[in-house]
Amino acid sequence: MHIPDGFVNAPVSIAGGVVAVAGLAVCSRNLGPSLRDRDIPLAGLAAAFFLVLEAPIFPIGVGTGGHLLGGTLAVALLGPWLGPVVISVVLVVQALFAGDGGVTALGVNAVNMALIPAVVGYPLILGLRKLLPRTKTWVAVSCGVAGFVSVAAGSVLYSLEYAIGGATAVPAGTVAVTTIGTYSVIAVFEGLVTGLIVAALLRLRPDLVRVGRHLTRASA
Amino acid sequence: MSGAAHNPGADLLIPADTPLHRAAPQCKVAATALCVLLVACTPRDIFWPYLGYGLVLAAAAYTAQIPAMTLLRRLVVEIPFVFFVVLLPFLATGPEVRVLGVPLSIAGLESAASIVLKASFGLLATGVLAATTPLPEVITGLERLRVPKIFTAVASFMVRYVEVLNSELNRLRTARACRGGDPRWLWQARDTAMCVGALFVRAFERGERVYLAMASRGYEGSLPTTLTGEPATGTAWLTAFAPPAVFAALTATAWATA
Repeated sequence: MHIPDGFVNAPVSIAGGVVAVAGLAVCSRNLGPSLRDRDIPLAGLAAAFFLVLEAPIFPIGVGTGGHLLGGTLAVALLGPWLGPVVISVVLVVQALFAGDGGVTALGVNAVNMALIPAVVGYPLILGLRKLLPRTKTWVAVSCGVAGFVSVAAGSVLYSLEYAIGGATAVPAGTVAVTTIGTYSVIAVFEGLVTGLIVAALLRLRPDLVRVGRHLTRASA
Repeated sequence: MSGAAHNPGADLLIPADTPLHRAAPQCKVAATALCVLLVACTPRDIFWPYLGYGLVLAAAAYTAQIPAMTLLRRLVVEIPFVFFVVLLPFLATGPEVRVLGVPLSIAGLESAASIVLKASFGLLATGVLAATTPLPEVITGLERLRVPKIFTAVASFMVRYVEVLNSELNRLRTARACRGGDPRWLWQARDTAMCVGALFVRAFERGERVYLAMASRGYEGSLPTTLTGEPATGTAWLTAFAPPAVFAALTATAWATA
């Protein structure tokens, strides 16, 4: 999903950049008052964690590297304001130093992978949390569902962006079919791993899972 | 326990005392970012500007005494990310050429070549930056370029700790392998998730320790100004903007003649 340079045209790239900057500005504005001193080192370590995780190092199945996008995990653990900030820092470093995603496409990529989890995934987690029983398992399940939906929504948005401003000669329909097809598999993986990681964390250190705080508060 | 994070980006850095190494980080960062952007703006079906970009980058690498092979070896990292471009000539429509009897779309070939070239030249440009500038200085440069504090703060912790976490992960995997764990299949995803969960807990606990260490040394939410660099002179800016100016001229000419 990391769009390279030259895959979408200038207007779409610029529009993506504007939306991304505006979204991240909203995030950092809302962050201001609630941010504690200690959150900065924690966010930095989380960013390093996502950078390590995004290297395709987890072999799952034959021929597919497990490559977690991590956007939903970030908002579940760090909240809807700090999560996108952390993921977009990771995206910038990947684009500049790993050739993963284009520099001109950074805005579009940030919208698809950092902002979508915050505007789609996070409300979904909160909504499911209200509906489902208040147990650790169900919090993990709702994070997993949100992870799946965020990645699927990201791939649909990506196909739309390409349909509006695709800059290669591949027909938009082909891109939509292959992208949404591939990413529905990746989304299942993302949802599964997000849910399992949240479940593991709820067991090891429940206080670190932001969307699970209501559990510890209720039981305390 | 692993060692502390002292030397981020050391594998990319090539220490030397050249004008490029001494230049103010904010100038280098701005110039590199502009170069990468301008390369990305090259028209899809025109390829001669890359020769010019290559010459400018070669001159910069020569000035900074970077061995050519070291710089070129950097391109290996992009392989997994540009791998999908091999599909473009098959998926694209329009006029075709036949290579060994297989029909390939010309426009698709052009797109694929231009995507690979843009990614490669972007990496070469950031390679020169990384070889001449330690990563903490890159962050200082970004701070001087008025990037909001929260982003530079997060980024500076990230670059300092990414190697620490990498070795932490390797230790976790070694420990798991010693106990016969070797998750490969989807139904073993729980093993991988537990490993990642443990890594996250370790990362966060390290973050908490780092914060306490910083707080005990007087940290109050921002780094001291002695660590945030000095303004660059006008001459420094002019010199730094010479390579992007050449890049801009090449891109503009390519568009004008397209």
